[in-house]
Amino acid sequence: MLLLLGATVLLVASGFAAVTIQQSPRWCNAVGASGAVAGCLLGLLSALRALLGASDSSLRLAWEVPGGAFFVQMDVLSAFFLFPVLGLSALAAVYGSEYLRHYQQRKWLGPPWFFFNLLVASMVLVVVARNGVLFLIAWEVMALASFFLVTFDDESVEVREAGWTYLVATHVGTAFLLAFFVLAGRASGSLDFDRLSVAPTEASLLFLLAVVGFGTKAGFAPFHVWLPEAHPAAPSHVSAVMSGVMLKTGIYGLVRTLTILASPPAWWGWLLCGIGLVSGIGGVLFALAQRDVKRMLAYSSVENIGIIALGLGIGVLGVATGVPALAVLGFAGGLLHVVNHAVVKGLLFLAAGSVAHATGTRDIERLGGAMKRMPYTGAVFLIAAIAICGLPPLNGFVSEWLIFLGALHGSISPGRSAAIPVLAVIGGLALIGGLAAACFTRAFGVVFLGTARSDHVTRAHEPGLAMRLPMLLLAAGCVLIGSFAPLLVGGLAPVIASATGLQTPQVATHLVSATRPLQYVVWSALGLLVVVALLAGLRRALLADRRAEVGLTWDCGYVQPSARMQYTASSFAQPLMHLFGVLLQTQQRTVTPAGFFPRAASLITKTPDVCAERLYQPAFRGIGRGLSSLRWLQHGRVHLYVLYIAVTLLVLLVWKLG
Amino acid sequence: MSLAPFVHLLLALVCAPLLFSVINRTKAMIAGRDGQVLLQPYYDLAKLLKKGAVYSGTTTWVFRAGPVVGLAALLVATALVPFGGRAAPVAFAGDLILFASLLGLLRFFTVIAALDTGSSFEGMGASREVTFSALAEPALLLGLAAVARQTGSLSLSTMYAGVDLDTWVVAAPVFALLAGALLVVFLAENARIPVDDPTTHLELTMIHEVMVLDHGGPDLAFILYASALKLWLLGMLLVGLVVPVRTANPWLDGGAATAGMIGVAILTGIIESCMARWRLTRVPQLLVAASVLSALALALMLR
Amino acid sequence: MSVWVDTALVLLALTSLLLVASSRLTRCIRIVAFQGSILGVLTLLVHHDELVLRTLMLAAAIVALKGAAFPWLLSRVLQDADVRREVEPLVGYISSLLIGTLMLAVSFWLSARLPLPRPAVSSLVVPIALFTTLIGLFVIVTRRTALTQVLAYLVLENGIYVFGVGLVQGTPMLVELGVLLDVFVAVFVMGIAIFHINREFDHIDTEQLTLLKDWAE
Repeated sequence: MLLLLGATVLLVASGFAAVTIQQSPRWCNAVGASGAVAGCLLGLLSALRALLGASDSSLRLAWEVPGGAFFVQMDVLSAFFLFPVLGLSALAAVYGSEYLRHYQQRKWLGPPWFFFNLLVASMVLVVVARNGVLFLIAWEVMALASFFLVTFDDESVEVREAGWTYLVATHVGTAFLLAFFVLAGRASGSLDFDRLSVAPTEASLLFLLAVVGFGTKAGFAPFHVWLPEAHPAAPSHVSAVMSGVMLKTGIYGLVRTLTILASPPAWWGWLLCGIGLVSGIGGVLFALAQRDVKRMLAYSSVENIGIIALGLGIGVLGVATGVPALAVLGFAGGLLHVVNHAVVKGLLFLAAGSVAHATGTRDIERLGGAMKRMPYTGAVFLIAAIAICGLPPLNGFVSEWLIFLGALHGSISPGRSAAIPVLAVIGGLALIGGLAAACFTRAFGVVFLGTARSDHVTRAHEPGLAMRLPMLLLAAGCVLIGSFAPLLVGGLAPVIASATGLQTPQVATHLVSATRPLQYVVWSALGLLVVVALLAGLRRALLADRRAEVGLTWDCGYVQPSARMQYTASSFAQPLMHLFGVLLQTQQRTVTPAGFFPRAASLITKTPDVCAERLYQPAFRGIGRGLSSLRWLQHGRVHLYVLYIAVTLLVLLVWKLG
Repeated sequence: MSLAPFVHLLLALVCAPLLFSVINRTKAMIAGRDGQVLLQPYYDLAKLLKKGAVYSGTTTWVFRAGPVVGLAALLVATALVPFGGRAAPVAFAGDLILFASLLGLLRFFTVIAALDTGSSFEGMGASREVTFSALAEPALLLGLAAVARQTGSLSLSTMYAGVDLDTWVVAAPVFALLAGALLVVFLAENARIPVDDPTTHLELTMIHEVMVLDHGGPDLAFILYASALKLWLLGMLLVGLVVPVRTANPWLDGGAATAGMIGVAILTGIIESCMARWRLTRVPQLLVAASVLSALALALMLR
Repeated sequence: MSVWVDTALVLLALTSLLLVASSRLTRCIRIVAFQGSILGVLTLLVHHDELVLRTLMLAAAIVALKGAAFPWLLSRVLQDADVRREVEPLVGYISSLLIGTLMLAVSFWLSARLPLPRPAVSSLVVPIALFTTLIGLFVIVTRRTALTQVLAYLVLENGIYVFGVGLVQGTPMLVELGVLLDVFVAVFVMGIAIFHINREFDHIDTEQLTLLKDWAE
């Protein structure tokens, strides 16, 4: 525990140090990044010790804040979540040290490092805090630190708007969490997690508050509207950390809530499955509609959080209906996807950041053919794309497979209490997988393959070592997690036990029904690689003494094929967007060619976020209109404001004393 | 360790291209022609393997990797599919998901190889391919989940081993629904009419054919062989369901399965002769209908 | 001794009423100065049986600040702003006087029902303190000249001080000095503000300052 606290102090201290020496950008970068990496490594050491069987260590200090106590504890659940938090943050810090160098002419580099390290430290504290007040303070620090990181490039209007949206959204979520803790603490008389006990009647209300509060941070639809604004606006290493791990603190909060509110009823599982479906399908559909690569990745995060929610949903259903296989496999899939998504999404954001930084644009319709100039970045992006679509032999396949297997166990078990969610999960997850494949083939193909659509790509170049190394390590992580899946899934037993409330040996026996097939999966993956090598060798042998010429792409006789003849990203997605038009509500403006010699024609489509457009904007406009009618109260005459105070005072006195 | 599973592997690997000639012969017979010789696909493959290759300057290593990875995925998938009610070489709980994902891997690499050429034709095919397969995935997985539920097992081998005459008597309506859904998936994934027309080479009407337009030589041989294998594998899933011959005699079961496979090929030929390709905007309706059939079957069983 | 305390309190009430009825700004400043001196005397009277150095210093500080320094500051501001008479108030002088009397009645009624932790030095302390506070608030609300509002703020502070000195035993010196410092800073800042307002706008009529609002009506 002391080691972890020491790591936190090191993070904050190095942040301060970075600010004090920001006159020299090189040293500022070096201090900030090395402090972050050192702190993360120390923390990982502490988490590893906890996960390998050391008993839960805790620290409890008194605090004058009413209801508060500095109570931190490291149990297996916290240790499990610390791994992605610290691992990805360390790699993002290394990436950021080179990425930020390109801003050193026009901006001070002290604040981004200070807030980055503060963000990591606050995320660590969120995961180990065991007192409501401490938790909320750490939550708020996390929100503020990330706000300042998101608005780093605040010369641009969009970034400022995005920052405001993010700030409002996160505070609305925190308001729900405040209500949650107040209600829970009032019933139990204390805000320490181990002393919170809740009556069953209140549990449902508390669960709903937790779903909204933590769901806003995690990115459940329809609370996700801040995600597509904030993640593109932030610098790439910050987007990676936000999308990869900050969203997961919301998931952590939800799982911790489930452990506090024991014995869930079945409708909680239904709710989580419903949220998972809506987020998953909605997220990937909107990702298909985006031109900005980072906005697309943000929507894809919404989709993956939906998949995690599906896993948690069937896990909760399993606990509620007393089918242990369902519970174990659902939670295993959901929790493993937390780690997998952190690795894969971190990698995607870092790669997209490299491309955007090298070419100067985030618009995929201006890119194309980047693979030839950025082979490493292209290769790792491909690995990440395969992983995020849940295809073997990489890590994304393992977590989706676990969730599928859980749903299948649910479908073959007798009884029908879990019938509809299981049906929805199998069908929904299959649809999400297909749509994700569409989305990421589009992204990879339009950005890296084909020919360049504009001259932005001529400026593309591979980034330096500090930016390439984290990407390579994350790609290796994808492959390794996929290859060592049986061991890793087996090792999840204590974590799942603490999340579901079952006993570890019971969980371990049910997990065997997943780890044994996983061994076959790993062997199949190995077989796949062997066959690929054999076929490639065969082809090389066949072509050895023949001519392999280079020609033009077949162009149906057009003598001058141009880059504009390629399929654009919008065209690629158009059939799917048309099919799901009722969900996307794409606005379209067409100027059709007119006359015999048409001069110009255009087609403009815009797909704003449907929740923002149809739900939040009208609500906020209505609130604004309602409050404007009260504007006559604000006339600017100070002495009348004093009159308001005096009248209130008198009324209160008369009322209370009369 | 018995040799039976590997017999199927060998049978699939050797006989898959025959399905093409069966289908084509059927269509020819219905049209009043003689049609190609039965071994024609093998001659085509041999011809292609003997050729050189021309690669477009726009392409990268992804284009060269596409056919290789795709065929490898299908070869691994072949080891998962049971034959005649006997176990496949590789069988474990949840292998149906691996099967569907391997098909997804094939699709992924075919699509990015198509996008690598920078041509509008391949892009068009790729776009339609991802649309239709996104809609077909739920149909396939829900259908397999329904079979899993009926037979109470989670591995393709044990699932199909459990589909015998008794099970059919009990669950006939459900299995009929499933057979319809799996037939639609079979036609859609293998680019058969009414989803796609494998015989024309008009770019605007194709989905699968146009995605491989720029491949030639050994690459095209790999792709052609992979299409044959896909026909065999998806067909075998359908045959395993509708031919519930599960006796103790492996030769009888194997013979029934092979006959069923040929029957499916002939059925495909008949369908292709009697129908025209549907308008592209109607194809999603067909696929959604297949998903609904599968979901209905599963729901009826979960009741 | 309570007779003298009561006398001081009644004087306080009378000066407050006089403030409400005055229209000449110099007269208002002198009234408030006089109130400050009464407060200093009141401090001595309340602690008459334990006249330690601390109490003497406190009384001296009050008289010096509230009786002399603040009025001097404010008359300097008055000279710079060059205003003689109060601008037309929102509530007429006679009506103000009547309302002041009404407030006196209300203060007596309220303080009769106010539960106190320990008995006050005199039965008049709580009503008069409440009355003074209310008068201060009333004048802030109804007068338009910035200077009068500052004076009313001082009267408000006086009322609160009377409440404190009449009820609380043995407050630490630091608290009282802190309060005095608070008031000093506030008056100082307000004085500067008034000076600048006048310089910018040529008047100290706060009604006109509503033009500084952000949005149009």
